[in-house]
Amino acid sequence: MSRQEAVLATPEIDETTRRGGDGATDRRGRRLLRCWLLESRAEFLKVVRMPAYAIPTILFPAMFYILFGLSFGAGQQAGSVSMSTYLLATYGAFGVLGAALFGFGVGVAIERGQGWMLLKRASPMPVGVYFAAKMVMALLMSIVIVALLTGLGLAFGDVPFEPATLAGLAGMLLIGALPFCAFGLLLGIFLGPNSAPAVVNLIYLPMAFASGMWIPLPALPEFFQRLAPYLPAYHYSQLALGTIGADDSRPALLHVAALCVFVVLCLLGAAWAWRRDEDRTYG
Amino acid sequence: MRRIPNERGFAAELESASKRYGDVVALDAVDLQLRHGQTTAILGANGAGKTTTVKLLLGLIRPSSGTVRLYGDDPTRPRVRTRTGSMMQISSLPATLRVVELIDLWRSYYPAPLDRGEVVELAGLSGLERRLYGKLSGGQQQRVCFALALSGDPDLLFLDEPTVGLDVETRRNFWAQIRRLVEQGKTIVLTTHYLEEADALSDRIVVLHEGSICADGTPHQIKSAAASRRIRCVTRVRVDEALAIAGVRQAYHDKAVLEILAAEAEPVVRELLARDPGLSQLEITGAGIEDAFLDLTGSQRREDAA
Ligand SMILES: Nc1ncnc2c1ncn2[C@@H]1O[C@H](COP(=O)(O)OP(=O)(O)OP(=O)(O)O)[C@@H](O)[C@H]1O
Ligand SMILES: [Mg+2]
Repeated sequence: MSRQEAVLATPEIDETTRRGGDGATDRRGRRLLRCWLLESRAEFLKVVRMPAYAIPTILFPAMFYILFGLSFGAGQQAGSVSMSTYLLATYGAFGVLGAALFGFGVGVAIERGQGWMLLKRASPMPVGVYFAAKMVMALLMSIVIVALLTGLGLAFGDVPFEPATLAGLAGMLLIGALPFCAFGLLLGIFLGPNSAPAVVNLIYLPMAFASGMWIPLPALPEFFQRLAPYLPAYHYSQLALGTIGADDSRPALLHVAALCVFVVLCLLGAAWAWRRDEDRTYG
Repeated sequence: MRRIPNERGFAAELESASKRYGDVVALDAVDLQLRHGQTTAILGANGAGKTTTVKLLLGLIRPSSGTVRLYGDDPTRPRVRTRTGSMMQISSLPATLRVVELIDLWRSYYPAPLDRGEVVELAGLSGLERRLYGKLSGGQQQRVCFALALSGDPDLLFLDEPTVGLDVETRRNFWAQIRRLVEQGKTIVLTTHYLEEADALSDRIVVLHEGSICADGTPHQIKSAAASRRIRCVTRVRVDEALAIAGVRQAYHDKAVLEILAAEAEPVVRELLARDPGLSQLEITGAGIEDAFLDLTGSQRREDAA
């Protein structure tokens, strides 16, 4: 009650505090940070309390790695490294790609169809914060996936225990989550809430295969070897393979440039799709 | 006690705003201006366009034609959104988050939110703070949605059918909370199917019918119009004579039958019988709120057709 009276007595002061008078940017920055932390916490709690959605994203790459990398690949070589080391890089990339496309892309698409998103859109929630929180979740999932695969490879495969190399690989795999979060963002905004999971699978699985994430690219038919440079996932897995000295001979800069162009295209597409989406209410 | 905000302009405006979904005209060139501190109830049947009006004002959809302004500005602006709070008709919140987690998250969206405890208290959620949203009853979930609408201490509240599914007691409590907000000078827009609710809460009732405003007035005006009686009879009394009788609002011929809409039936019938003792087929029915206004619009249409 007394607060209300204070507002009554000094409407101008109220207005300036609303807009943020002194140290406005500072306060705004702190507010955004707090908002981002809470939004990320909410995302995290949703996943932890209802893990059914997240578990396949984590177990899928692990299962593939066990089958192809550790069982069939046991004792084999892929170029200069052991098959289990080579496939650690590519299945790691496969897992991170999945976390970005499903955790981020499908997550956003499904939420767009729910009344919850409509309510959020009516609120002053900073949209960037919402996406940044989704990205935190995709990164956390990626960390779990990369750690799990590395552990499996060390314990059951011929992955040499070289901390510096493994750290470099893990770092590259996690950085690679960023361009695919941009792709996830585009798909999340562009696709319909109901069709998103199916469409994302149709992009994810063939692209991963054709980029040499399941079976080393040199072992694939020539058609795929010629197609691969047009796929962003190829450039990503090559960068990951580069950290263990198992990439093909193209320069790393080319891969980085290709991924940068890809990110820009995704963000432009996402901005366009976001505007288009404004007038559609699914909720 | 009631505080009227000292601000210029309107809190919200629709200027000949239309919204079409394909062939469906959800809203047809509606003009509506909401004053600061006013509580407006939008009343109408299913599909009348209530939710569409709210979504337009919240900037969730764009008008097919016409303009929408919130505080003189584009409603999609974040700066404007910090001044509004809303409760949508359909809003499934994440089932796995706790009540306080939802409230804290929502408070973080606003620059000057209410204290968490205050929100919990205002929305009647004491004792339920630690519960998962999915484990609450429908009415309790509704209160969480109300809590979110309040949490940012907004100046303007949109409540789309806030009391659907609430039991009588909860509904009364809810009304009491809304009255408290009104006293604080909040501008409120709420939609409802019930005249009783609109009357209990609002300063102004806007009746929507098939995407157009068919009545707009104080609860008193709307109620008395809604309480009117419809009289039908076959008589020699002419339309202009009938209109001259005290208490008659409308009179027109429906084929051979004279139809009259009046505040009270008895004095009018007495007068009719005095003028035409041969009057026959007398029928008196109540005209409920919708009937009363459908009649207004319907009779216009009948005249247009003639
Ligand atoms: N997304 C949409 N696509 C197509 N038609 C729509 C859409 N939303 C609403 N409509 C139509 O617009 C009209 C007005 O709908 P609106 O939701 O505004 O009604 P309402 O007054 O809120 O009804 P209720 O009391 O049932 O909530 C209806 O005929 C409805 O079918
Ligand atoms: Mg509605």
